[in-house]
Amino acid sequence: MLPTDQLFSNYVPVLIASIAGFILVFSALIGSRLLAPFSEEREKGTTYECGMLPLRRASTNVGNRFYLYAILFIIFDVEAVFIFPWALSFVGIGPLAYWTMVTFIAILGLGLAYAWKKGALQWR
Amino acid sequence: MSTEIFGIEDVNVWVDGLIRVLLIVGFMTVVVMGLIYGERKILARFQQRLGPTRTGPIGLLQSVADALKLVGKEDLRPRNADPWTFELAPYLVFIPVFLGFVIVPFVLDWQIRILELGLLYFVAVSGVNIVGWIMAGWGSDNRYAMIGGMRAAAQGISYELPLVLSLLAVAMVVEVPAPVIDGAASVASDSEYVRGSLNLNEIVAAQHEVPNLVWQPLVMIVFIIAALAELNRTPFDIPVGESEVVGGPFVEYSGIRWSMFFLAEYAALLIMALVFAAVFLGGWAWPFGIWMDDAPPRWAQALAVAAKAGAFIFLVFWIRASVPRLRIDQLMSFSWKVLLPLMLVQVLVNGLVLVYDWPLIILTVVGLAGVVALAAIVDRAVRHPRPRPAVAAQLQGEAAS
Repeated sequence: MLPTDQLFSNYVPVLIASIAGFILVFSALIGSRLLAPFSEEREKGTTYECGMLPLRRASTNVGNRFYLYAILFIIFDVEAVFIFPWALSFVGIGPLAYWTMVTFIAILGLGLAYAWKKGALQWR
Repeated sequence: MSTEIFGIEDVNVWVDGLIRVLLIVGFMTVVVMGLIYGERKILARFQQRLGPTRTGPIGLLQSVADALKLVGKEDLRPRNADPWTFELAPYLVFIPVFLGFVIVPFVLDWQIRILELGLLYFVAVSGVNIVGWIMAGWGSDNRYAMIGGMRAAAQGISYELPLVLSLLAVAMVVEVPAPVIDGAASVASDSEYVRGSLNLNEIVAAQHEVPNLVWQPLVMIVFIIAALAELNRTPFDIPVGESEVVGGPFVEYSGIRWSMFFLAEYAALLIMALVFAAVFLGGWAWPFGIWMDDAPPRWAQALAVAAKAGAFIFLVFWIRASVPRLRIDQLMSFSWKVLLPLMLVQVLVNGLVLVYDWPLIILTVVGLAGVVALAAIVDRAVRHPRPRPAVAAQLQGEAAS
């Protein structure tokens, strides 16, 4: 366990790194704005489609085939969040902690098996 | 709230963080340029070409020339593009990748910061750039970009799970000194060592004699596969496949904005290689711990890390040169039907061996058996490829009529 101010100061570099990352991208864009040519020609703003004009806006119709994966992902990712603290402490707590987690993962495994059987894991 | 850098004591934590981050910015830029040059040279050799030779001695300045060209190139934005998502996407792709550098242990006592939850932090920030990819795809108002963005999201979330569980499986096994609270050992254990740590520095130090790949061979293979997918690398490069979606989410990006995606891609490769070296190959500690009690000199540590990370990067380039691209349905079912169950079982096996204090060699045997099983599954899939579901339905219809 760390004192609170050290917990905070540990994440100061994370803040600095995100600001540095932002400045890095931003300054590159500014540099390009200063150096690169710029023209107002309308034809340059057309969508890349090998010379064809696209029929409709691309964002109108989206074949969203992976929402089932997304739901499963959320379930298993939340599960991973539960497993993380368990994985660091179960040896000290003993077999009870282990078999509890076996039950938990078995229930999730049954869920995965059900999704598999229902064909939710099949990309169509 | 103070720390120590370059032997100077009592540096303000903000100043310390700033110096370290700026050093990493320089390091990353140079290494990424080297990686781009290296990839072109290595791929060229695989294809019996020479690669870049003209710019500077043996083409060494090629990446510098490319960067200058990209800065000087006109930065186009399609008229129909959504301005905010289009302009913000490069930030959201690059910043999360860059944040990963915070926890990477380069040599002993040299990283930006030791975080207790280092591995959890790593998987958390490396998942965020999926949002950037899907924003790039959506904001460009281009069908190729849209499809590419959707594929990137589907692939990213599917392979995130094996990646997280593989790192978790390793984190369970490492043996680290018990945490000390107020001078006394933690209540959870009565020995000097406890199992399980997410702190990358402890994970590396724990491997000074035996690297984790010995205990977790299957986990290492799954990590490599999932890392390839997270990096959108061949054979998992369908989101950016040139022959299918002409570059995917960044088809509409040009000039410096496009190069930001490129920079993020190679920076991610570098971080993944360094994490791989730290988690599975023992980073700066192995193999020196076998014959040395003290830490080896810094240059030797740096050399070891560079060799291990370099081996991973070379493997990635090698796979790119030799393996064809997967189909999206193969890719999705491979993650959900093979890798995820394997990793769940691995976590439970690790737990069983650790909680009853069985010898760790069991883990090696089980892991090797898992590698053989995985190889058999892949081999079977390669020998008897199934047609795409839509094609299969069509074939069935034709057979029936």
